[in-house]
Amino acid sequence: MPKAKDPIIIAEDVHKWFGHFHALRGISLTVHRGEVVVICGPSGSGKSTFIRTINRLEEHQRGRIVVDGIELTNDLKNIEAIRREIGMVFQQFNLFPHLTVLQNITLAPIWVRKMKRSEAERIAMELLERVGIPEQAHKYPGQLSGGQQQRVAIARALAMQPKIMLFDEPTSALDPEMIKEVLDVMRELARSGMTMIVVTHEMGFAREVADRIVFFDEGRLVEEAPPDEFFSNPKHERTKLFLSQILQH
Amino acid sequence: MADVPAETRTKPYGGEVLPPPTVRVGPLRWLRENLFSSWWNSALTVGALALLYVVGKGVLTWAVTEANWAVIPASLKLLLVGFYPEEELGRVWAVLYGTVVLLGLSAGLWGGLLREAAVLLGAGVGVLLGGLLLAGWGERGLLGGLLLLLLGGAVVGGWLRARAPVLLLRWGKRVVGGGWLLLPIGAVLLLRGVPGGELWAEVPVARWGGLLLTFSLAVVSIVLCFPLGVLLALGRQSSLPVIRWTCIVYIEIVRGVPLVTVLFMASLMLPLFLPSGWEINKVLRAIAAFTLFTAAYVAENVRGGLQSVPKGQIEAAQALGLGPVLTTLLVVLPQALRAVIPANVGQFIALFKDTSLVFIVPLLDFLGIALDVLENPKWGGPAREMLLFVALVYWFFTYFMSHMSRKLERALGVGER
Ligand SMILES: Nc1ncnc2c1ncn2[C@@H]1O[C@H](COP(=O)(O)OP(=O)(O)OP(=O)(O)O)[C@@H](O)[C@H]1O
Ligand SMILES: [Mg+2]
Repeated sequence: MPKAKDPIIIAEDVHKWFGHFHALRGISLTVHRGEVVVICGPSGSGKSTFIRTINRLEEHQRGRIVVDGIELTNDLKNIEAIRREIGMVFQQFNLFPHLTVLQNITLAPIWVRKMKRSEAERIAMELLERVGIPEQAHKYPGQLSGGQQQRVAIARALAMQPKIMLFDEPTSALDPEMIKEVLDVMRELARSGMTMIVVTHEMGFAREVADRIVFFDEGRLVEEAPPDEFFSNPKHERTKLFLSQILQH
Repeated sequence: MADVPAETRTKPYGGEVLPPPTVRVGPLRWLRENLFSSWWNSALTVGALALLYVVGKGVLTWAVTEANWAVIPASLKLLLVGFYPEEELGRVWAVLYGTVVLLGLSAGLWGGLLREAAVLLGAGVGVLLGGLLLAGWGERGLLGGLLLLLLGGAVVGGWLRARAPVLLLRWGKRVVGGGWLLLPIGAVLLLRGVPGGELWAEVPVARWGGLLLTFSLAVVSIVLCFPLGVLLALGRQSSLPVIRWTCIVYIEIVRGVPLVTVLFMASLMLPLFLPSGWEINKVLRAIAAFTLFTAAYVAENVRGGLQSVPKGQIEAAQALGLGPVLTTLLVVLPQALRAVIPANVGQFIALFKDTSLVFIVPLLDFLGIALDVLENPKWGGPAREMLLFVALVYWFFTYFMSHMSRKLERALGVGER
């Protein structure tokens, strides 16, 4: 799938330490508008840490990250501006348990985007329609299944009309029959032209939806390639080993 | 999404949707299942009943045959309002009437918890004051009026909720909500009067006493110490060292000192700190002591709640672009405060009972007046009747608080697993 070469995320030589532990060891990655990048790699390789540096849930200590022309610095204004452009979906959903589904989705549009309540609710209902659960609008997260909760979390992120969506293992906490309903939503989102970075072990999804697959190991970006090439002809030994392990199951 | 959601897809294998089975438990069945389910359980039940009989019989026969309850109606006015001037008592009634109308209306308008509170309070006050005390007919009439107004308010509120157009209902709720906000200020203004006021003479707080004083101390202190405690808890987590250390030092010092000491400090030491000529009245001093003391405990409770909110909640809020203030107000505090309702209400109950320590200041609260009345040789020394009555009143209100706290916790826990 050819995409216009218009970089929206530029990461250059990004380093991150947790105490003495060197978690990211010089990651450079450029993501273009409308591109879907899948990140995979063994546990502890720094996948979560990396995508969390993109919206400053983790602070990087060396290197440069530019999102949509805004450089991430300690300037709170910049950080908040960048967070408004980026939606994030977590492995554990992280819905707000004290708010209904509708309130979860309208919270940020009303308080951050200063949208009128009626307008925010209209958009929220459209999004719930889009992720397939409009009838759950007035329930609390605790009353929904895992798959439904994750779809609400996606709708909540989309309500801020972000330019980029980050997914950190969005299906890892789900039972097998619920994985599909979440992946379907993500597939549709990718087709609509959203820029996405997805950390996942769902190789079927990666092969079908990704424009590029990136392989992480020990805090380094080891290999990046389009899906066909990545699966049929991996270059590095580490990638081959990982693929043989993960594709056995 | 083109995909039809799983829930609405018609299942190929049918599967009727059935209502849940209704289970009815008659009283006999309940007795058998709960009290006589096994020989051991039956033995316990019989044993407990026997014990209750032995203990209860003595008290009951005493209460009915020997006890001389006359001391209570005779000193009822003192017990309830202390030395509040007789000719101004109408104001106290006015405040009570106002409160009751608001409570009734709220019970009708919102139902649920408020209705339960209204029923419990109505029943309790009715029984305690009306039935047991055999007060004079005038008071009975006024009390009856209270209950009637409570009921009337509930009926009007219920009608608004069920029948009235949406706009009227919304306005009704706003008016009643505003009424609650104005009530404490209005009550103080009305009860105390304005110095040099034409309409109402001033009744210095020093003349308030009895249950009126107990309530004033407890309500005002609770209302003030809660926000202060929350601020202290937040301050304790602040990233600014000055604020953090101030809060920690404050909390740890106050928690290391008995309440009696704080009250002594407020009544004896405070004047030393103030410029000469300044004076703070005793009630305010007591309120300050209770507020500052309880706030430290509330702060520690709330801190526990703040720590119980998972980190993922804060990250989700940040990722949505909420700044630190909004994250705290909209995401962290609502969850943290709900988690500590039982602990905080426990603290408020302790505060309510501890107001009896104001004899130190000295002020005459409910218990203080009761003991004072018993000093009168006419009643022949300490009377069990009086102390039992005082205990019953304290018990009723503390039970009311803990009961409502349990209900509130459950009502706010909707949908949580
Ligand atoms: N807050 C933290 N403090 C200290 N070490 C951390 C912290 N977060 C992550 N790490 C460490 O950094 C490394 C990278 O973690 P990260 O969560 O990014 O891995 P991951 O690739 O997402 O793994 P997984 O597939 O298990 O989610 C791990 O070794 C982890 O132990
Ligand atoms: Mg991870």
